[in-house]
Amino acid sequence: MARSTVSVMEGSLAVAQAVKACRPAVISAYPITPQTHIIEDLAQMVAQGELDAEYIRADSEFSAASILAGASATGVRTYTASASQGLLLMTEVLYFLAGARLPVVLTATNRQVSVPLGLQPDHRDTMGCRDAGVIQLYVEDVQEAYDTHLQAFKIAENHHILLPTMVCMDGFVLTHVVEPVSILDQTEVDDFLPPYAPLHFLTPERPAVFGSYTDDANTLEFYYLTQQAVLNAKGVIEAVAREFQEAFGRHQGGLIDSYSTEDAEVVLLAMGSTVGTLREAVDVLRQEGIKVGLIKVRCFRPFPGEEIRQAACGAGIVAVFDRAVSFGYQGVLATDVKAALYDAPQGKRPWVLGTTAGFGGREVTLDTVREIVNHAHKVLDGHPDPADEVHFLGLKPELLRAVGKAQAGPRG
Amino acid sequence: METAMLGQYGEVLFVPGHRACPGCGAALVVRLILEATGPNVIVVSPTGCLETFSSPYPYTPWGVPWLHVLFENAGAVASGVEVALKRQGLADRVRVLVIGGDGGTYDIGIGSLSGMFERGHDVLYVCYNNEAYMNTGVQRSSATPLGASTMTSPAGAHAWGQDRPQKDLPAIAIAHRIPYVATASVAYPADLVRKVKHAMAFRGPKYLEVHSPCPIGWGHDAAETIDLGKLAVQTGLFPLFEAIAGQPLRVRKIHKRLLVIDYLGRQRRFSHLFEDGANQDHLARIQAIADDNVIRLGLVDTVVAGRQSNEA
Repeated sequence: MARSTVSVMEGSLAVAQAVKACRPAVISAYPITPQTHIIEDLAQMVAQGELDAEYIRADSEFSAASILAGASATGVRTYTASASQGLLLMTEVLYFLAGARLPVVLTATNRQVSVPLGLQPDHRDTMGCRDAGVIQLYVEDVQEAYDTHLQAFKIAENHHILLPTMVCMDGFVLTHVVEPVSILDQTEVDDFLPPYAPLHFLTPERPAVFGSYTDDANTLEFYYLTQQAVLNAKGVIEAVAREFQEAFGRHQGGLIDSYSTEDAEVVLLAMGSTVGTLREAVDVLRQEGIKVGLIKVRCFRPFPGEEIRQAACGAGIVAVFDRAVSFGYQGVLATDVKAALYDAPQGKRPWVLGTTAGFGGREVTLDTVREIVNHAHKVLDGHPDPADEVHFLGLKPELLRAVGKAQAGPRG
Repeated sequence: METAMLGQYGEVLFVPGHRACPGCGAALVVRLILEATGPNVIVVSPTGCLETFSSPYPYTPWGVPWLHVLFENAGAVASGVEVALKRQGLADRVRVLVIGGDGGTYDIGIGSLSGMFERGHDVLYVCYNNEAYMNTGVQRSSATPLGASTMTSPAGAHAWGQDRPQKDLPAIAIAHRIPYVATASVAYPADLVRKVKHAMAFRGPKYLEVHSPCPIGWGHDAAETIDLGKLAVQTGLFPLFEAIAGQPLRVRKIHKRLLVIDYLGRQRRFSHLFEDGANQDHLARIQAIADDNVIRLGLVDTVVAGRQSNEA
């Protein structure tokens, strides 16, 4: 059994402890709520001499990510954290990091995007960089956040991948919650995660070029290689989870988790902290004899389409809990789930119910889940939703009336 | 033939064959800079002419490691390269340079440049200033001089080109109290090489601005690049100086001062100032900028009460 200590601590400190254990050479960050506690804890560790790293206080999130681009291209391990507007400001650099194959690890403490300006934990920020070529892992609780950061560096730095890797954790719900966390001894982490061995890096001993200009004769091949690298991550993420389990005796990781899906008629599907609530709800509903199961999507990019198809195929309907909507279409996660299930065998393709439970930070309770499961049963009873519908759960009619009839309702 | 070429350019760190336009000042600037620094450098470039003409995959004229990230972050990227070298124990052997244009420096990249200055990174930031966005087809930047017609500040019946004076970026750099700030010109290569070497003798952030004529954007013959660079200095429109922290400003004196019309009249971007019915006041306003530079910086030795002032 691995040597570890269980301590009660804030989620942000657990993340900082994990990052410290991974020994990044360069950390650069810019403050934004709810990421601040992580970077403050790391600053303390550097100031106290507990962590030997260069800590660069950047002039913006954009510069923080750019500083890490330079440092990573020079061949050292790097880390940053951000959220919301900060993540959007970094997004241009994230595209670069993916294209240049630089394995920067970052924590995204999910938060809504302005306007309205607010602090609610939804996923619009991380969905904004969905297509950059960044690996995205969503965690459910603080222990998973700790464990996933240890794995993230190993995944990112694998020579078949070499991509920026983002650990997404719902802001406040996970960053500011205080929970018991099993913290591994440094020697154990060192055995699991060896020092970074860059494949390509800048050195006068072997001059090379990063960030070339390409044209129609060669751009497509670069894209193809990036796609292959992101897809390679599917196998590596699973392998690293197995390695983690062998080393530390606990399973944490992989692409998806299935819970009570074997005979489920209704499968709930979600990412992030909502999953914890849904796990409880499944237990309660099962006791009432309702055949309900749960799929937790842990890895969003690369998307585990095949895994979801296999886990959901026996069910009648999949109810997706989305914390982000692509305005003008559907929930982002629901859209991908539908695409994955389109390839299910004839007659075994479940319905998909798209809901926004948790969007805008609106609390997801047992009653919310009951409402969705009831709706799902209506669909199974032969009353399907109109195509492309997304259910904004818990809307307050009095607030909508206040903004006037012209804007509030659907127009025919 | 091929061997002879290789022999000829074996020691050159920025070799011919790149895609710069004929008469490009920037390409010459890069070659001179690397001549001064030698091979133990890592160069960061923002997006711009230099990036585009020197990096068409899979070719490279660079004999040193080179990194292009984005348009607006060269200062930050260079900061990251520098701290990584420090971590690897290489900071004494390998130095960091930025070479970028005025768009990436004066405008979109000024935030990350200021951050690099303020944090004190050991980086020499060189801006080759060709006074507009040339890579995208000659649009106005905040380094575009008063009166210049560009594609986004065109002269017309109601406009006489760029209607604001240039941003004074060297002064902004000096305000960061960094060890070394200087201006140079591609037209004075020995002075440029000396300043690069001088800059590299300092630890910490350095800023060097190099005036760099652009035949396409300015509208002059490719053979006139060096002549125009000299005229900009001799008229007082582009003063050459070194600002070393804690020392008085050192300027390169103008020995034979010329009027701005001698410089402006040779470029298409200013041709509207000389057309029939052109407003003489416009030329006077540009002359006033040169006059102000001469007085403010002491660019011309004046005979006062029978003796020459002995500044620098």
